[in-house]
Amino acid sequence: MLQQTQPDTADLAHIAAQVRADCIRSVYHAKGGHIGGPLSCTDILVALYFHVMNIRPDEPLWEDRDRFILSKGHSSIALYATMAARGYFPREELDTFDAINSRLQGHPDMSKLPGLDMSTGSLGQGLSPGLGMGLGARLLGKSWHTWVVLGDGECQEGQIWEAAFVAARYKLDNVTVFLDFNSLQQYGWPGDTITNRLPPWDSAEGMAARWQAFGWNTLLINGHDYGQIIGACEQALAHKNQPTIIIASTVKGHGVSFMAGAYEWHAKVPTADELAWAMRELSEEKKGESDDDGN
Amino acid sequence: MTTETSDKAQSVSVVLAPEGKKEAQREVFGETLSVLANEFANLLVLDGDLANSTRADIFAEKQPAKFLQMGIAEQNLMGVAAGLATVGFIPFISTFAVFAVKRALDQVRVVVAQPGLNVKITGGYSGLLTGKTGKTHQAVEDLAVMRAMPHMTVIVPADCIELRQVLRAACLYDGPMYIRLTRDFSPNIFSDDYKFEIGKAVIVREGGDITIISTGVQTVRSLEAASMLAAEGIEAHILHVPTLKPLDSAAIVEAARRTGRVITAEDHSIIGGLGSAVAEVLGEQYPVLMKRVGMQDTYGESAPDDDLLEKYGLAPHHIAEAAKALLAHK
Repeated sequence: MLQQTQPDTADLAHIAAQVRADCIRSVYHAKGGHIGGPLSCTDILVALYFHVMNIRPDEPLWEDRDRFILSKGHSSIALYATMAARGYFPREELDTFDAINSRLQGHPDMSKLPGLDMSTGSLGQGLSPGLGMGLGARLLGKSWHTWVVLGDGECQEGQIWEAAFVAARYKLDNVTVFLDFNSLQQYGWPGDTITNRLPPWDSAEGMAARWQAFGWNTLLINGHDYGQIIGACEQALAHKNQPTIIIASTVKGHGVSFMAGAYEWHAKVPTADELAWAMRELSEEKKGESDDDGN
Repeated sequence: MTTETSDKAQSVSVVLAPEGKKEAQREVFGETLSVLANEFANLLVLDGDLANSTRADIFAEKQPAKFLQMGIAEQNLMGVAAGLATVGFIPFISTFAVFAVKRALDQVRVVVAQPGLNVKITGGYSGLLTGKTGKTHQAVEDLAVMRAMPHMTVIVPADCIELRQVLRAACLYDGPMYIRLTRDFSPNIFSDDYKFEIGKAVIVREGGDITIISTGVQTVRSLEAASMLAAEGIEAHILHVPTLKPLDSAAIVEAARRTGRVITAEDHSIIGGLGSAVAEVLGEQYPVLMKRVGMQDTYGESAPDDDLLEKYGLAPHHIAEAAKALLAHK
């Protein structure tokens, strides 16, 4: 259930700037990893972990917790940085990202880190276990809600649509999906130029029509606007007899001017200069001196 | 038998039923799970729209609240089961072996085996005898695939006496498991006091001339082969291996030591299944001459059972002939 207090969206934005900075620092430190996708879904993760979800960071296996699945598992660093900020583990552990024996694997591994409700990494697989958690809650008479974050690129996988029709068939209103609609994938299709890479989807509205056709309640929002993110969660929780998908238009690399909207930052390690530049921008955003880079 | 090894598992001698009653594994599967669901309240069956073939429909009729239809969508089926396992259920997946293992292979790997979740994958219609459906529906490489997967327990019961105990053991065991089932009626070989144990092989016939190591229904055909061999004065020693993983390597070495020549028999490709598993163990621990009876790196076709067994070399007389050929090898 949602916290009753009104969220301080400035606070959430402040946390998100730190999470973004931690993502970029961790990838720089690990000399590998993804940046674009983690930055596009950061605001969704921060809203869920800091305001929406019913969780106990000091008791990560609490039976009645809301469940969370990051289906786009390559954005793991954003999840780890958010969980660290929320108190699941110390922020210093982010330095172990991708290192040998780390709990913070390149893709989320539930067998290593308590608090991860599902292992993901092979795209298109995260929604189905979410249905299992939703069906399980119904069978057990439990009120936990299951939240799944999908990428738009992974909606090219057939399993997403298998899960979509089954969720609607079972009227799983205790499962909500965020679709991180950043409109960029690893390489994609060529647009008007070879470097202008495009997804196969025409628009967020077109994507919503596909999910509607499969029987879902669809909401369209700006995925970097906390008022809209939290408002959509409230609508999803209130909606009955249908699962809800919140199609959140986002910008890959959001928060850092030279990463935003650039597909080559899908997975690229910044140089020392780029790191410093990104940190400077995010620290300004954190201070509230600059709050947008154009979404 | 020789008693210099201390391994107790293989010293278990099995009392065989004199006149084996014929039962179909698929029917016993549905019946047994519907009874187990009363004892294990968190048992569920998830169907890939084949319940009236796999006979999960018997379960659906008796336990409708614990039966979840997932439609013709095996990848999602596997993922839903994984999610249910994380919240305390024992989901049994029921579909054909070909679909469970291969259509949903990456899902088995990523959301079941890698996190070690308590999902029981039952592959019906395994091997060559699938009711005239042909090569698309004949799982001849499922054991190779599942055996290679870390965390996966792989079980192939010989008859319905054993199957009942395997299903119960599956409920008591916490972790991913693949249970390979056959479609058609077959005689029971075990008596009611037989005790199945995960990871333990059992001697089903004592003999000193040639060793046959078999799994699944091929153990029944190996016993028939042994009768043919006995008529010619050759006494076969038969080790039934219901658990391909974890493998009872001590029992396999002891069975090989008994005669020094080993035939393997399985309703599966000779690549990657029981024959390979036995060769791996013996190659490292007790090298002996071997011959693998199974599908010879080929796909099947649609035809009556007896014609398939004959053409693809899986009939009892093929096992007997392999034994004689190996004995003739100097």
